[in-house]
Amino acid sequence: MPGLGRRRFLGYVLAAPTLVTAAELAPAATASAAAETPAGMPSGELPSPEITELVDLNDVMTLAALPTSNLITVEVHQDGTVSFALPRAEVGQGITTSTAMLIAEELDLPLDRVRVTLADARPELLFNQLTGASNTTISTYTPVRVAAAVARRRLLEAAARELGAPVGDLKLRAGVITAPGGGSVSIGALAGKAAGDQARRVSVELKEREQFKVVGRPHNRIDALAAVTGRKKFALDLDIPDARPTMVCRPPTINGTVASVANLDEVRAMTGVTDVAVVSTGVAVRARTFGQCVKAVRALRVSWKPGTAEGKSDETVLKTLRAAEQPLGLLPPLTPSVEARFTFRFRSNSALEPNCAIADVRPDRAEIWSGLKAPIVAKQAIAARLKLPPHAVTVHVTEGGGSFGRKLFFDAALEAAEISQKIGKPVKLMWHRADDARQGRTHPMATSRVRAAYLGNTVLSYKQRHTSVSTDLGHGLGEVFTALAAKLPVGDIGFSQTFFHLSQSMPYNFGHHSRLLSETDKSFNTGSMRGVYSPDVVCARELIVDRLASEMGKDPFRFRRDFLRDDRARAVLEKVAEAGDWGRTMPARTAQGIAFHSEYHSASAVLVEIDCRPETVDRPIRDGVTGPRVTKAVLAVDVGLTVNPRGLEAQMMGCLMDGIAQTLTSSLHLRDGYFLEASWDNYFYTRQWNTPPELKIIIMPSASDRPGGAGELGVATSMAAVACAYGRATGTMPTSFPINHGTLSFVPKPTVPPIPASPTDGLDHTR
Amino acid sequence: MPEHTFRLNGEQITVEADDDERLLWVLRDILGITGPKYGCGINVCKACTSHLNGKAANPCAIPVKELRPTDEVTTIEGLPATVGKDLHPMQQAWLDQDVAQCGYCQPGQIMTAVALVRRVAQEGRRITDADLDNIRNICRCGTYFRIREAIRAGAENM
Repeated sequence: MPGLGRRRFLGYVLAAPTLVTAAELAPAATASAAAETPAGMPSGELPSPEITELVDLNDVMTLAALPTSNLITVEVHQDGTVSFALPRAEVGQGITTSTAMLIAEELDLPLDRVRVTLADARPELLFNQLTGASNTTISTYTPVRVAAAVARRRLLEAAARELGAPVGDLKLRAGVITAPGGGSVSIGALAGKAAGDQARRVSVELKEREQFKVVGRPHNRIDALAAVTGRKKFALDLDIPDARPTMVCRPPTINGTVASVANLDEVRAMTGVTDVAVVSTGVAVRARTFGQCVKAVRALRVSWKPGTAEGKSDETVLKTLRAAEQPLGLLPPLTPSVEARFTFRFRSNSALEPNCAIADVRPDRAEIWSGLKAPIVAKQAIAARLKLPPHAVTVHVTEGGGSFGRKLFFDAALEAAEISQKIGKPVKLMWHRADDARQGRTHPMATSRVRAAYLGNTVLSYKQRHTSVSTDLGHGLGEVFTALAAKLPVGDIGFSQTFFHLSQSMPYNFGHHSRLLSETDKSFNTGSMRGVYSPDVVCARELIVDRLASEMGKDPFRFRRDFLRDDRARAVLEKVAEAGDWGRTMPARTAQGIAFHSEYHSASAVLVEIDCRPETVDRPIRDGVTGPRVTKAVLAVDVGLTVNPRGLEAQMMGCLMDGIAQTLTSSLHLRDGYFLEASWDNYFYTRQWNTPPELKIIIMPSASDRPGGAGELGVATSMAAVACAYGRATGTMPTSFPINHGTLSFVPKPTVPPIPASPTDGLDHTR
Repeated sequence: MPEHTFRLNGEQITVEADDDERLLWVLRDILGITGPKYGCGINVCKACTSHLNGKAANPCAIPVKELRPTDEVTTIEGLPATVGKDLHPMQQAWLDQDVAQCGYCQPGQIMTAVALVRRVAQEGRRITDADLDNIRNICRCGTYFRIREAIRAGAENM
């Protein structure tokens, strides 16, 4: 975004029958940094034969060369509404609402006159259609406002001609432009007159922060009414002609493949079944209803070839991780030190909406609908799989029912495309929850070794060696070349390291500090989960901080405050200590915990109180995991400029629930090449009975002009605070997460057939 | 294919489906009623929660043949009409508290909340923390706290 002086920016008016204005979506800083060739990758060898399978280079370049194709556009309609197709995925984080607020702000429009939809995959945007790394608001904050400001300027100019008054005398309010003499005209009536007959660049000024009337004030979500009435449409709710319910019979172990099927014809003859076909991931069935798909999947008799993690279990993976750990240093430090090794188990990033997609593949073209955070990579990979040119594949981004990292990948979209092509019909593909849990992506198991040396009142050094089952970052940063680079055996290590170092920081004055990441074992379906490396890395660090404080005879809060490097960090920490009444007297086996974390230009602190008394731990809940209860939580965040405080609060609440789950209850158990967990009654994400009855979110006032990242910020802080509180309540620092992983709290469901039958006793359980 | 007759959102309907087809798929795949969501198919996540004769019920676990012609099935789509308004007070409370994040589980959460408030009222008492703790609907976005506040607020207006 070229800046012209402090507040002037360049935008565009495009040629169109109605007013369409635009701005460049400049590459984000993180994208350009990570796009550099990863260390250790031989130059010139990157475009291996694979690349031509994935992308027709010419195709991308042609699109990129169109003069105004890489712009984001705001459109003013004759009914007085303004629309914008956001090149990001809305998965619950509230970016359609915050984007509408930015447009409403610059155009002085009521929020309900702004319609924000999700853009189809647009390869010409290159890096700029990835939803991740808490980057949406950071990267779109200025461009969206510029496009809206250009629209404002054009509307005022058209009104000046219409009303015979100079622009400077006009007032735009609530979609109506008024002249001093009383004449007025609505922006809808001007939409055609303000339109451009040819594309041109114009410069505009943006509103100063002090003038904001919408941004920075709490607003409810623009899709809330649709959500509470059941009208919000997710991929599975779309009515695409002839896209019939489709499911896949999946292998009993991770990534197994079909050897043979004994009864294809028998299953094809089942009621409602239209098609059965062997595909790369299993045996696909298409039927009139998903109920019939479930029956058909369960009826299939399949012989399976081994998967990618055959024979592996928690213990063997842990052994592999330990063998891959980098040393903390050969000699023990000469000064006093604290040292520990932490273990973090596999976790599921399943959203409540399972992996799903609709695909309509024809001989010469394909159309896909799915919740996708990296739709460009999806489009190009699907085109490659179907052997179609990318321009023949249309990828629609649907509203997503949660993501938590899962929708960075497009496993269901790719699979749906393959199935649709194979059977020659449109399909509505849904992964059963058991598929989603057992074959879906996971947050990888990891260990973190930490050693901190101190002397007197000084921390001399801090070393952390994080060792993880490989995290698949194959979605790259939204663009297929980067995605390819991440798949190279050597380049991938450089890519992960780059991401690790870009996303981790040391907020404390701990002398010489170093953090290294080692990754090993690529046999699992992994992906980044909300916060990626931060929750585990920060949890380990904050527990060590508590240990240091204890060894050095200091209070955990005061220790952190004294060692934090900057004022914003200290301010959030002091805020939670004050609001949460840090240090108050509490009964035995209950305690407070406090933690700090900063990332993506934002700072956060969390104070929790936990109750580990037996009567609480063993409180009766039918078929539920109870355990220690977080009874109170206070979160303070400084994200710089807050666009929508109400949405930010919601994000922080969600982060807290994730943090509680990761410390106390939620993990996957790996045995003999598969995960035991097959549904929500096995995987213990935070439930109402684990929710803190007392919860306070504090958004720090900020003079900053720039928004920081917020979607993931609070997960690491919350996880760490709960772990610290647990350690203080029980007197023992926890070193393995979640703390209940050693107890299997359910009877594992069978792996053959791969999905359970639906119960039939629903009438007995109405209440 | 067998026919099944029951009441759905205030109307008598007849639908052709396998006897053991679960009501969830009759609603979603045959009738196009997509408010009730799939989240597990085994009655543990509660995303499909709807009402059967006013009580919370999970269509993923009800074979359609078990419904009688007089049985009234209410999905989120039919909830406002039960109070003769555009929005049920519980939906309004959900809006006031801005509960939804992705929104996938929220139709089920609201239907559970309405049934809970009715049951508690019939027992002649007010909603307690224990009542809220015992709600089984999963929200993977973690909106639990606002759900608790919305239920308390919505109950005041029911």
